[in-house]
Amino acid sequence: MRLEPIAAPSLARRVGLPLAALAATVVIGMAVVLVAGAEPFAVLGLIVKGAVGSKFALLETLNRATPLIFTGLAVAVAFRAKLWNIGAEAQLYLGAVVTVLLGTGTLAWPAPLLLPALGLAAALAGALTLLGPAWAKARLGVDEVVTTLLLNFIVLLFVSMLLEGPMKDPMGMGWPKSERLIAEARLPRIVEGLRLHWGFGLALIAAVIVWLIQTRTTFGYAMRAVGQNARTARFVGIPVGAVTLGTALLSGSLAGLAGFSEVAGLKGNLTLDLSPGFGYTGIVVAMLALLHPLGVVVAALFVAGIFVGADSMSRAAGVPSYIADILLATALLLMVLALPMTRFRVRWR
Amino acid sequence: MLDILDILLSATFWTAAVRIMSPLLFATMGELICERAGVLNLGIEGIMVVGAFAGWMAVYSGLGLWPGVAVAMLAGMGFGLLHATLTVPFGLSQHVVGLGITLLATAATYFTYRIALPQVSSPPRIEPFTEWPVPLLSEIPVAGPAFFAQTPLTYLAFATVALTAWVLYRTPLGLALRAAGENPAAVEAQGLSVTVLRMGAVIIGSGLMAVGGAFLTMSAFNSFFFEMVNGRGWICIALVVFGAWRPGKAALGALLFAAFDALQIRLQQTGLGQVVPYQVFLMLPYALSILALVAMSRRAEVPAALMVPFNKGAR
Repeated sequence: MRLEPIAAPSLARRVGLPLAALAATVVIGMAVVLVAGAEPFAVLGLIVKGAVGSKFALLETLNRATPLIFTGLAVAVAFRAKLWNIGAEAQLYLGAVVTVLLGTGTLAWPAPLLLPALGLAAALAGALTLLGPAWAKARLGVDEVVTTLLLNFIVLLFVSMLLEGPMKDPMGMGWPKSERLIAEARLPRIVEGLRLHWGFGLALIAAVIVWLIQTRTTFGYAMRAVGQNARTARFVGIPVGAVTLGTALLSGSLAGLAGFSEVAGLKGNLTLDLSPGFGYTGIVVAMLALLHPLGVVVAALFVAGIFVGADSMSRAAGVPSYIADILLATALLLMVLALPMTRFRVRWR
Repeated sequence: MLDILDILLSATFWTAAVRIMSPLLFATMGELICERAGVLNLGIEGIMVVGAFAGWMAVYSGLGLWPGVAVAMLAGMGFGLLHATLTVPFGLSQHVVGLGITLLATAATYFTYRIALPQVSSPPRIEPFTEWPVPLLSEIPVAGPAFFAQTPLTYLAFATVALTAWVLYRTPLGLALRAAGENPAAVEAQGLSVTVLRMGAVIIGSGLMAVGGAFLTMSAFNSFFFEMVNGRGWICIALVVFGAWRPGKAALGALLFAAFDALQIRLQQTGLGQVVPYQVFLMLPYALSILALVAMSRRAEVPAALMVPFNKGAR
């Protein structure tokens, strides 16, 4: 077989194929449910109901989407510039560590000063985490996929060490968890009495800012040029190494903010299960969003809905909630297949 | 210091190191074959999970141990076929497809486990491979028990390294495979199909990764646990780079890594373990992998066409 570029792809092709990919995902998911011995349509209904069926469910989905918007943006920004950041998980955790270090009483500032300071510190921690691998890539040609991946393991062990050592809450009944943030360090709720917090608003703002950087600034242009063809970019005088480092700083900051938002907005303290793989799920989010910053918001809501819905469905119907991961992996693979097919046609010979 | 020397001279230490190395050998050779043909296979972590589960499940449901290994290999080859189809003829991003395969394979395995054994609280055990001491050779001090008193899967791992090296460097097939990763256009000029070579490499390589996973449930432990592969796949990717894409060097790297892993477990029990948090020891293998990658980067001989899709007829 051979792929032939299509000069002018029709609108039906460009919209239809991604939609077909999503439809195929649903069909495959229902087949998996059938294998599990449950009623596919009922399960599908339970997932949708669990994700958006009530005010509580909807707010839960928005809450779950918040860290995914941050990590999805982090991955999307980096992938655009061909920096393969698989380490958002590590950056998230170090952002959270810094938030806890400064937010448990170390800085006794009023909230309007303290919250920006914590966010900034968390962003910086995330940025510095990615700087090492990005530097090794730019200067030594070390593959960042492997280094950022391995760093995830190291950082998680490091956090475990902190939580069983210097950062352990003496009042924690022996559990490895940190002290709670002081009241001034907590992100306020968007509506009083409901769990949704301002981390969600911050995530939306971050998406718009990233979009503006990518479309309106020279740096955004340089990132895209490096991503499309580093050699050509170098030839026209773009400092490829510096752009790679700049991209790393932006990407790592976003993932660090995810840690800040989860600790200051939702959890209030740091535990080892702060993130059930938000860094890795961010990769799926970014790919489903076609690496577009505003698309990341939509994709994160979709992915969060699947997780929240599958959790609730699992309790009600007894189908393992791992079905959420199966659905996402299928959607990811079918989507990366569908997108180039909008521009190419398969010729069999 | 004397503690460390004592450990390094003990037979049990080296026996443990070789046992830790064995699954890495299978998976590292699998990854190496893929990459030599020009395909980065980031599905490795998930494919190892599939292999660990499929082999164990096959034995648990009544098949013999060797048929269990075959089942694991076939399951891995299935996911290899999926990876190969998406990355070779369609030329999709190898990074994204690989991570997608890892996510899919891991989730599908855990899902199947929950469906197949809904009632169990602790996973059932199987009768794993037992040691086959080689006569005479296993009586050599230290090295004997380490290398020649292991289970047959370990010997199969050694054989896999030798076979991979022999095929890659001594056969026309190996030449064609390496060329597919270096200069695919030249392969086509010879009248061979890059697509067939690359897909075959990914399918066989994925089968080997799955056998590496199966080693965990069928030889090292006797049961299947969630998270049991625990990053070994990613380590194997680092080992391929560390070994500069050569089977022998990658195998040596695996031994070094495994020795380090076995050492850190033992160091935790010495006086050092009283002072240093255990997490530091657990970090060492990952930190060592990163350092090795940085150190090797200067003289890396990356296959020239690694991660470059080949579209026949396109120039």
